[in-house]
Amino acid sequence: MACTAETLAAALRAAAAVVAEHRAELVDLDRAIGDADHGENLDRGFTAIVSALDTATPETPAAVAKLAATTLISKVGGAAGPLYGTAFLRASGKLGDAAEVDGPLLVEALRAALEGVQARGRAVEGDATMVDALLPAVSAAEEVSGAGVAAILAAAADAADKGAESTVDLVPRKGRASYLGERAKGHLDPGARSTALLLRAFAEAAK
Amino acid sequence: MSVGIVLVSHSAELAEGLAELAAQMAPDVTIAAAGGLAGGGIGTDYDEVVAATQRADAGAGVVLLYDLGSAQMTAELAVESLADPSAAVVVDAPLVEGAIAAAVAAQGGADRAAVAAAAASAGAPPDLTFDEGVQDGESSVELTLRNEVGLHARPAAVLARSIAGLDAEVTVRLGDETADADSVLALMALGARQGDRIEVRAKGAQAEEALSKVKDLVEQNFGE
Repeated sequence: MACTAETLAAALRAAAAVVAEHRAELVDLDRAIGDADHGENLDRGFTAIVSALDTATPETPAAVAKLAATTLISKVGGAAGPLYGTAFLRASGKLGDAAEVDGPLLVEALRAALEGVQARGRAVEGDATMVDALLPAVSAAEEVSGAGVAAILAAAADAADKGAESTVDLVPRKGRASYLGERAKGHLDPGARSTALLLRAFAEAAK
Repeated sequence: MSVGIVLVSHSAELAEGLAELAAQMAPDVTIAAAGGLAGGGIGTDYDEVVAATQRADAGAGVVLLYDLGSAQMTAELAVESLADPSAAVVVDAPLVEGAIAAAVAAQGGADRAAVAAAAASAGAPPDLTFDEGVQDGESSVELTLRNEVGLHARPAAVLARSIAGLDAEVTVRLGDETADADSVLALMALGARQGDRIEVRAKGAQAEEALSKVKDLVEQNFGE
């Protein structure tokens, strides 16, 4: 199965529902090491994406991704806005004019999203950020790039879950959590958790 | 037409307060505050940063300064999204000192690269050198500061501005230390107070003009 503008829009709506469901959890994670607004900010952003999709009908997957990007950048605030916004923007650029996204193109878009996040946030693996979920997810996706959209996203979501869990043992080196140093150890990074949740939502929607 | 400045902060009050402070030293520079979220509250608003950047650009370009991590990301994203991304540059600088240094440089007619450099170098220790006495070709004048705050922020900015654009290298000496007169932060670092006697030296084609301008300023208490 390939991904069209309609299926990507449906996946974003599913992701919005997952974010709303986990809003309190993300707020709690962020309260421990940040400013307790990650769940609220993401929920505001994805709610705005759903509203935008209700009024506009982007014709290509790239156009859907771009709409998601600009909405997140404008509505989220905090670090997650420019980071997730950049991820969707770079993915959109990679998708080009394609009417349908197949496995290999999806993997390229995921790679572009990762590189965008790394460029914007200047984080590397081990800094306890969303990169710790996204980087293994993209590597896992690349390993099964011939397997079709649903299988690629499932592999990415599994790897993202493991990667997010790994942040518990890390000392954050980016963002507000880094000011806490050793004291921030033992906490799941909210950005890594939300990345894993989003990839899981996309994987479920692609089934 | 001077380079515009945008202050990106998580707090509207912080950005506006700093814009007000910097504007006191650079009355002709557009200093746009982009702080807080659109509906109030702490955060950075991408649309506001883009709008502030457009507002601050009179054609000579814009320099953006920021307070914390996500403000930097928002500022960089805003610059990337401009029709001409080369019109603006995000500078890594201490926000308060950087804004003052950038504003004064812009007021003095510096181009975008020089304004950005002034902001970026504001984090370094001020450029004070040990006094080596009057050099060949240098003229000098000794002046006593009578104004209440001495050579503090606003007077230092007024002094730096007064000699910007002149073909003269001007230094100010207090005791054993000498500061370049085009650097507001270096002038402030001298710590010259009311009653202190400073020596102003200048060389170059317009050295005499520079000295007379500084002399007038000191005698008129920098307009205070």
